Amino acid sequence: MGFFEKLKEGLQKTRKGITERIDKVLVSFGKIDEDLFEELEEILITSDIGLETTTRIIEDIKAKVKENKITDPTAIKGLLKEELMKLTEGESSLKLDTTPSVIVIIGVNGVGKTTSIGKIANLLKNQGKKVVLAAADTFRAAAIDQLEIWAKRADVELIKHSEGSDPAAVIFDAIQSAKAKKADVLICDTAGRLHTKKNLMEELKKVFRIIDRELPGASRENLLVLDATTGQNALSQAKTFGEVVDLSGIVLTKLDGTAKGGIVIAVKSELNVPIKLVGVGEGMDDLQNFNSKEFVEALFD
Amino acid sequence: MVFEGLAGKLQDTIKRLRGQGRVTEKDVKEMMREIKLALLEADVNFKVVKDFINKVSERAVGKDVMESLTPGQQVIKIVHEELIELMGKTQSKVSFASNPPTIYMMVGLQGSGKTTTSGKLANLLRKQGKNPLLVACDVYRPAAIKQLQVVGEQLNIPVFAMDDKTDPVVIAKNAVDYAKKKLHDLIIIDTAGRLHINEELMEELANIKKTVKPHEILLVVDSMTGQDAVNVAESFNEKLGVDGIVLTKLDGDTRGGAALSVKAVTGKPIKFAGMGEKLSELEPFYPDRMASRILGMGDVLSLIEKAQEAFDEKKAIELEKKIRSMQFTLEDYLDQIQQLKKMGPLNQVLGMLPGFDKKALQGVELDEKQMVHVEAIIKSMTKRERINPSIIDASRKRRIAAGSGTTIQDINKLLKGFEEMKKMFKSVSEMSKKGGKGLGKFKMPF
Repeated sequence: MGFFEKLKEGLQKTRKGITERIDKVLVSFGKIDEDLFEELEEILITSDIGLETTTRIIEDIKAKVKENKITDPTAIKGLLKEELMKLTEGESSLKLDTTPSVIVIIGVNGVGKTTSIGKIANLLKNQGKKVVLAAADTFRAAAIDQLEIWAKRADVELIKHSEGSDPAAVIFDAIQSAKAKKADVLICDTAGRLHTKKNLMEELKKVFRIIDRELPGASRENLLVLDATTGQNALSQAKTFGEVVDLSGIVLTKLDGTAKGGIVIAVKSELNVPIKLVGVGEGMDDLQNFNSKEFVEALFD
Repeated sequence: MVFEGLAGKLQDTIKRLRGQGRVTEKDVKEMMREIKLALLEADVNFKVVKDFINKVSERAVGKDVMESLTPGQQVIKIVHEELIELMGKTQSKVSFASNPPTIYMMVGLQGSGKTTTSGKLANLLRKQGKNPLLVACDVYRPAAIKQLQVVGEQLNIPVFAMDDKTDPVVIAKNAVDYAKKKLHDLIIIDTAGRLHINEELMEELANIKKTVKPHEILLVVDSMTGQDAVNVAESFNEKLGVDGIVLTKLDGDTRGGAALSVKAVTGKPIKFAGMGEKLSELEPFYPDRMASRILGMGDVLSLIEKAQEAFDEKKAIELEKKIRSMQFTLEDYLDQIQQLKKMGPLNQVLGMLPGFDKKALQGVELDEKQMVHVEAIIKSMTKRERINPSIIDASRKRRIAAGSGTTIQDINKLLKGFEEMKKMFKSVSEMSKKGGKGLGKFKMPF
């Protein structure tokens, strides 16, 4: 099964959710009026797209309806699709030009950081890149062991210290190792942390300082991992992590459930952080570059 | 703070309505829209919101509200009451088997926090006299078994594990036999995270259930979950029959609407709330308090309880006497700091006070490190110095600074602050002699 099929399958529930309801609404309305828009608004909000973004989408559609003198409710679907595509568009490939380049994976607890790293390592390895992993989640029990297993699966090197050690020190060692071995990409795992914990965010700053100092000018991808089941709090996560470091992209995980993942649309639209990678399963290959056209197509089929 | 601002928004709506004489049905409708949007923004499921709004507006268009002089507050009161109603009126506890061992099975999506919660729950119930055994049934996620073992080690609670090639049903069964032999009266089974639509893995849970007949199945739900929370809770409940819910990661800034959603669709009580990364940070879930927090009314009850836990009543009376007679010394001050520390992170404590919203608190630097410094400084003083700080001269200051790893400036700051506090105490106790009340603007010198 190709990735597109997987994404489609993963989004099946989403599609059923959004499109079926939209179709129903559009058919049931004879004309375009306020009530129709209110229904649409509700549907978008319940896909975790969020109030602000939903309002923006609705306003845009309203403007277009007026401008083009559209009277047929079923034409709204095309407009909505256009709108969503426009909102999620962006550069999704990872920028890894220097040797070494650095990818830092951050996010709250339980979103799937370590698993995503395993998959990204595999992805890059298959592209013929030499990858080094840094096990800088020294806090969670057995996080290092977990990454080690992924490193073995992807057949890449892992730099680790013992549990409870300073994550910045792990990063430092990993950078030296990556330099010495002329690795193409260094991927850094970090401990999950709620963005509201000030001291943990400070710890993260230290990690970034080390990278800035030791690898000035290196290509950097600071990727925030978001769980597709997350609701509006993802915005707060993206905002707060964005204050600590320049986020270069989002990794959206667990899209194979019934979660609608609409929150990425909100994150992209409100904070302009592009979605770069999407995870749709537990397998090693179930992570791919985000494609806005495919994403919206899969939603609407 | 969860749903902060809803109360404020309603007040705004009311303000706009002022001067119209009375509240009309249309006004109520507008208020309902505010409530609806606030709840949706808080990730409460839209079906749940709809039902909720219907209930509230039915009551709100009633005579009491329309004719009330404070319709806004009336509406808030109704919302508050209905929220409590929706979340379950009373706190629910876990139950124990009459014929031990009691078996709990932890289930949920990936990353919701099952393993950590298993450890926390074992720790909490051990304090209540149980002898728990943790069982590692997550054979899928790399190093999940190891994670539970490390948690068990940290807590000094035994963990039953087999290798990751073994069928989880077999592991669970063997664990029960083992527990009986070793006289464990409580078994907590940690299962692998799975999607509720994964038939095969859901079947596995059903088989574990059939084999070990758990006393309670606890669904672990991430409080940051969005609209999907209903689907998850519904499926797990349908396929397994859930007995209770544990809400995790409530220490973040999530509005936690998922709590309302899962309770409403399953009808099952939320029994615990995970409040932090430490293995001690699992608390009973109090629906009424959560409702107050949702409305930004502060969680006064929790705070009072925390304070009671931490403060020694005798010491408090003694302290009051000392303050009145102006014998408050640095020694007493040290005592105070230590008691304050027992209450938990200051941010958390203040967050529970009404009128404090968490966002505002984020700006305020509550530097707990400074508290540690103050403690170190006082501890580096001799007993005489603590009782009579006026004897602290330059040479003593140098010694204290060296001993506490601080600077002389730090010590000066502390002494100055302490003097100011004493002065304030003095004026306060004089005031209260004259019949004044309260400590007024009480400022600690750190």
